[in-house]
Amino acid sequence: MTQQFYVSPEQLMKDRADFARKGIARGRSVVVISCADGIALVAENPSPSLHKLGEIYDKIAFAAVGKYNEFESLRQAGVRYADVRGYSYDREDVTARGLASVYAQSLGAVFTAEQKPFEVELAVAEVGRDQASDHLYRLTFDGSIADVNGFVAMGGLAEQVSAVLEAGWSPELSLAGALRLAVRALAADKDAEALPGTAVEAAVLDRGSESSRGSRRSFRRLSADEIVRLLEGEA
Amino acid sequence: MQELTAGFPATQATSSFTEYLQRSRPELLPGSQSLPAGQLPQAPHATTIVALAYPGGVLMAGDRRATMGNVIASRHIEKVFPADSYSVLGIAGTAGLAIDITKLFQVELEHYEKIEGTLLSLDGKANRLGAMIRSNLPMAMQGMAVVPLFAGFDQVAQLGRLFSYDVTGGRYEEQEHHSVGSGSVFARGALKKLWRPNLSESEAVAVAVEALYDAADDDSATGGPDPVRQLWPVVYTVNRAGARRVPERELAEIAGRIASSRTIEGREA
Repeated sequence: MTQQFYVSPEQLMKDRADFARKGIARGRSVVVISCADGIALVAENPSPSLHKLGEIYDKIAFAAVGKYNEFESLRQAGVRYADVRGYSYDREDVTARGLASVYAQSLGAVFTAEQKPFEVELAVAEVGRDQASDHLYRLTFDGSIADVNGFVAMGGLAEQVSAVLEAGWSPELSLAGALRLAVRALAADKDAEALPGTAVEAAVLDRGSESSRGSRRSFRRLSADEIVRLLEGEA
Repeated sequence: MQELTAGFPATQATSSFTEYLQRSRPELLPGSQSLPAGQLPQAPHATTIVALAYPGGVLMAGDRRATMGNVIASRHIEKVFPADSYSVLGIAGTAGLAIDITKLFQVELEHYEKIEGTLLSLDGKANRLGAMIRSNLPMAMQGMAVVPLFAGFDQVAQLGRLFSYDVTGGRYEEQEHHSVGSGSVFARGALKKLWRPNLSESEAVAVAVEALYDAADDDSATGGPDPVRQLWPVVYTVNRAGARRVPERELAEIAGRIASSRTIEGREA
């Protein structure tokens, strides 16, 4: 008969957390920045088709770092949650807060109950009418949730990236300004001053999508050309 | 949270919102409940929709009346909706179910787009709508039929296309123009005389409004332009740039022109 070794709960949780952290640290970073034109989401991602940023609902977007299969299933589950909620109640009843708390519960349950925790870190962003009503939530692998102000950096070198954002962020940034800040921040661990436009994936939650595009869906993926143009344009 | 984790295992993954609802929340689907035997009380019915193609796009127009037997149930109802950025649908039949099916169809298309990261092809959209109408067949047999008309811009072929349906979900591609609903026979007659190839977009809008005017003339369940309440048909155009609702101001002007030209003609029938 085999007997299991006793492992203290503290040790068990610490091992799981270390495992998840290591997985996340291997990945490239993602930043989410609230700016005057909306919320900019920028990821270092050389692939044009495997996205780290996604649309969840009219005003809500999703950004993730870590294992693709894990955060992709979380993204799809988020889209399902939001669409079911919006379909059965009303479109305006879908909020980032509700979604983030469901994500937190789900991540927390997997962290304690499953074989291995999710090696992911998520951000859920909701754009409001004005900057004061923007919501940014950051969720970690163990289900902890943080309501953050202004910007979020996640991934391998989140602290270094955050430091650059901290120094450069102001609420008056335009979309182009936010993009330029993001590519500088994402290059924090590299020799380059900033990442080239072709190495990033970017999307925006437009604050005025109803008036500018006549669409209540504010999420818009920026094409490679548009990213390069915005980065080159004058501030 | 059951709802969320229910979608997790890869075997359950689907890009279809309807399929997902069938599995996890079947009670939310329109027409999912079985009805007891008995007489159905009167419910509002939506009426005439016309659609026509023109070079570079397609348009759809619907009057604003819903009827319940011989009573006007609504003068303001809208029966033409954008399905997504490149397609529109119009509905005739039991209004309550039709509006629910429309809502489900809109979410279905958006859901697919978000999950897959790409738009469904126009044929794919038309087939999905057919499947939804077919799933409403039990309700149709109880007297609550919904008959849609679907139009969209095919981004591969670069032209506007029209699809009609029957209550069993059969999907038929229509050429030039089509109409559904109680006033459709009269609208069809008008379209046959008014439609011609090489209509410009603004001419096409005027043709659609005039066909609805003719339908309202002979069908009591179709509402004509109402200058007293300032109510005009709902018209959507779909072209390369996407779906656009024609502004009320333009429609008021077109309706005014039709009324005055007919007044001048002074014909009776």
